[in-house]
Amino acid sequence: MEYHEKTPIADARKYKLGDVIYITGQLVLARDEAHKKLLEEGAPIDLKGSVIYHCGPVVTKRNGEWKVVAAGPTTSIRMEIFEDQFIEKFHPAIIVGKGGMGEKTLKALKEHGAVYAAYTGGCGALAAERIKSVKEVHFLDELGIPEAVWVFNVEEFGPLVVTMDAHGNSYYENVDEKAKKNLESILKNIK
Amino acid sequence: MEVINFFMLVMKFFLILQTMPPQVICMIDEIVEAIRRAETELSEDTVAALKKAYEKETNDMAKTQLKAIIENFTVAKKSSLPMCQDTGLQTFFIDMGYDFPYRKELKSAITEAVRRATKEVPLRPNAVHPFLHKNSGDNTGRFVPYIHWELREGDDVVIHVIPKGGGSENMSGLYMLPPGVGIKGIKKTVVEHIFKSGGKPCPPTIIGVGIGGGADLALTLAKKAAILRPIGSRHEEDFVAQLEDELYEMANKLGIGPMGLGGDTTVLDVHVEYAHRHPATLPLGIVTQCWANRKRKVMIDANGHVEVV
Repeated sequence: MEYHEKTPIADARKYKLGDVIYITGQLVLARDEAHKKLLEEGAPIDLKGSVIYHCGPVVTKRNGEWKVVAAGPTTSIRMEIFEDQFIEKFHPAIIVGKGGMGEKTLKALKEHGAVYAAYTGGCGALAAERIKSVKEVHFLDELGIPEAVWVFNVEEFGPLVVTMDAHGNSYYENVDEKAKKNLESILKNIK
Repeated sequence: MEVINFFMLVMKFFLILQTMPPQVICMIDEIVEAIRRAETELSEDTVAALKKAYEKETNDMAKTQLKAIIENFTVAKKSSLPMCQDTGLQTFFIDMGYDFPYRKELKSAITEAVRRATKEVPLRPNAVHPFLHKNSGDNTGRFVPYIHWELREGDDVVIHVIPKGGGSENMSGLYMLPPGVGIKGIKKTVVEHIFKSGGKPCPPTIIGVGIGGGADLALTLAKKAAILRPIGSRHEEDFVAQLEDELYEMANKLGIGPMGLGGDTTVLDVHVEYAHRHPATLPLGIVTQCWANRKRKVMIDANGHVEVV
């Protein structure tokens, strides 16, 4: 299935593994330090039904206006240490990043009806093209450009592929298992 | 404040002008241009390989990933913006004639070009002090930009501009194998390495394999094989070319696919280079290059005439 969604998203339980989502509305950036900060101090904006993006963007200021230069995803597994608490506290609908996440996050997604979606690694220019403007930025002075909580207005941001659903299924486990079987048969036939 | 900054900039400009011949100023301009093109225009061989992979791919999930990658480098080129937010560690492989007249100025020209490119392209500042955690802010620092020098006959120079992303560099490997494992052991180690890397280095990747020499040489050969050789090229010696074909087939049978989401395209190519080894050692260096295979060449002749390709 292909979805073209507007934020906030009311029901993420409908998404299945392999579904492709394009987002219009608001995208909230949070990576390592931002997760920590928001958990400690609370969120300055309502995150219920939001789309959270693991990303450290390249942003410049020209003539007093922010311009997003490149904004591809960063590796999500680093956020595994606190993503379950983040989901429990703020109830986002979709977590977007690269490479998938672990058991703890998978369980929290199931409990709170959220999904994890992968955005293609390295696609910083495509992402920047779909980011129409910077709505606001929080904790910029403390955390710096790559770590701050940016809120971007986006149009048709994607493709985001659902790889961990709200029912306890992870696409990564399936691919890993298959690759492991393939490896075994390749190794057997090496001459 | 702005006035002072402007004044400093003008002063710096005059200082550089005074100490550098005009040919060197021109060289700096062209190196900045080569960095900009490397970061914003994906190399032609990689574009062709990714488009071919998209046509051939049978897995739907893999097709969405390859399509996004193709859209991404198309947008990057059109808007002249970096294709990835990780603009890499600024790396230069230099192939220089003994008689190139500007060899003395080349290192400072490259460093100055990196500083300028950081502002002008712009690049993400990617040079961090390992102990103090401080980012230098301009992509320069101790031993960076990294410059690798090689000398040969002639009076010209070729500068390979190869900014290297951190995600794929993390998936490098050095294996000091017991020589007894032979070529079979090498094949096994390479395939296992690609399996273990999974989706982390942003596949489809280009794998460079360096065999022999010492630990450092094996990795240098692997990096040159991965990045400097065009995708689809084969080693001039048959048995090495055969090994490249075999490793390419095996890697793509793993089914890891683009971004590790499954599919037929795990690697775009595998290149192998080798050196004679010590009887007691069999070093195997593996370098992984992500799909954002950024590379441009600056060619400068003895008169200071510069060309970027």
